[in-house]
Amino acid sequence: MTVAIVDYGSGNLRSAAKAFQHEAAGRKVLVTGRAEDLARADHIVLPGVGSFGDCARGLRALAGMMEALQENVVRRAKPFLGICVGMQLMATRGVEHGIHEGLGWIHGEVVPLEPDTGAGDHRLKVPHMGWNELTIGDPAHPIFAGLAPGAHAYFVHGYRFAAADAASVLAEVSHGGPVTAAIGRDNMVGTQFHPEKSQAVGLSLIANFLAWRP
Amino acid sequence: MLKIRIIPCLDVKDGRVVKGVNFVDLVDAGDPVAQARFYDQAGADELCFLDITASHEDRDTLYDVVRGTAEQCFMPLTVGGGVRNVDDIRKLLLAGADKVSINTAAVARPEFVAEAAEKFGSQCIVVAIDAKATVPGRWEIFTHGGRNATGRDAVVWGERMAALGAGEILLTSMDRDGTKGGFDIGLTRAVADAVGVPVIASGGVGTLDHLVEGVRHGHASAVLAASIFHFGTYSVADAKAHMAAAGLPVRMEPTAPAPEGANP
Repeated sequence: MTVAIVDYGSGNLRSAAKAFQHEAAGRKVLVTGRAEDLARADHIVLPGVGSFGDCARGLRALAGMMEALQENVVRRAKPFLGICVGMQLMATRGVEHGIHEGLGWIHGEVVPLEPDTGAGDHRLKVPHMGWNELTIGDPAHPIFAGLAPGAHAYFVHGYRFAAADAASVLAEVSHGGPVTAAIGRDNMVGTQFHPEKSQAVGLSLIANFLAWRP
Repeated sequence: MLKIRIIPCLDVKDGRVVKGVNFVDLVDAGDPVAQARFYDQAGADELCFLDITASHEDRDTLYDVVRGTAEQCFMPLTVGGGVRNVDDIRKLLLAGADKVSINTAAVARPEFVAEAAEKFGSQCIVVAIDAKATVPGRWEIFTHGGRNATGRDAVVWGERMAALGAGEILLTSMDRDGTKGGFDIGLTRAVADAVGVPVIASGGVGTLDHLVEGVRHGHASAVLAASIFHFGTYSVADAKAHMAAAGLPVRMEPTAPAPEGANP
């Protein structure tokens, strides 16, 4: 069993790889930028920090990677997890510093986070940075198995996934209005938060993903 | 709802913790990785390492510390001190830091902040501001641990840093640092209200009420403290319980049992 973590030059892969190794239970964790490695992976993870456009460019710069993702995630239906910008890349497009095409797996756009400050005693900040409690819309989803109600996850982002179809939103958080925390369909999920930085909650979500047989 | 973060800060010199937790019977109290594990299991929301190694050439020890921490702690880690160029940032991120804090280098060349944010994303660029009161209601920023005056206004500087791409401001009152007299609330509030990015209040925490004041009156998004945690005056859990009782949103998660060797 092999977990492939796609390395396209985006930021901090080390903590993601370490967290997956922690929960790997004998699986091989392969950090790779080679498209052909996806063929022999059982689970595929797309991390990402930075801007949507940079990440989309980085991914496209890897020979054959877009095709390999389509082949292995869409056609061969391998379990897929996108994290932060990796989750946002699942969208139709992103509008951060220009309009950039995403993978187009979940209909929607990645748009600036503009919290409604309302009557709060001080302003809600952007980036949305820190721990926020998840409102899980689909508690039966295997990825959320064993998570206590009100579990917290760690977020750092200034843009949000505006899903075209509410059914693809698996979890939300509140930051001056509802913000998509997790999306998914079929064999794919994406988390706006960082499971690899979310202590016990994050590690159990990673374990759930690795045990997932959609 | 987003929670107020409690961030213990460890000073690291030549790969060793200078002031660390001394109330637990850690096998090696000077080992930053052991300290980080302790705070991870204690429910800290983030961790901060401040490298105070004198020589830039001896910084390889810091990368080892960050690497070791990233292997064992699955929590956000900010590393600051001596970050001078894009290569320093890259090395820290590759070692496993999530955010890097820039201080003197931002004052020397503000465009560095923009370059860093463009390259790595604002989410991992923290600008540290050390400020001292000059006249009532005005604060000036200092570098080199408070020794060098810059003539720059702290609020204006904070706004400029956020505009250049800083994702967060770590704001330390040099007047209060080490005094245990509480945050400089006027400074914290002036900067927090001026910038759209989160502000971490730092410098002066001596009691748990100080943490509450930093958020309630200073409008900070996070509070950083060193000695109250390291010297065992209070635990992270004490701090969270106190803030929750004061009506502030904090993350209370059932935490794992204390690490081996801990004897609180």
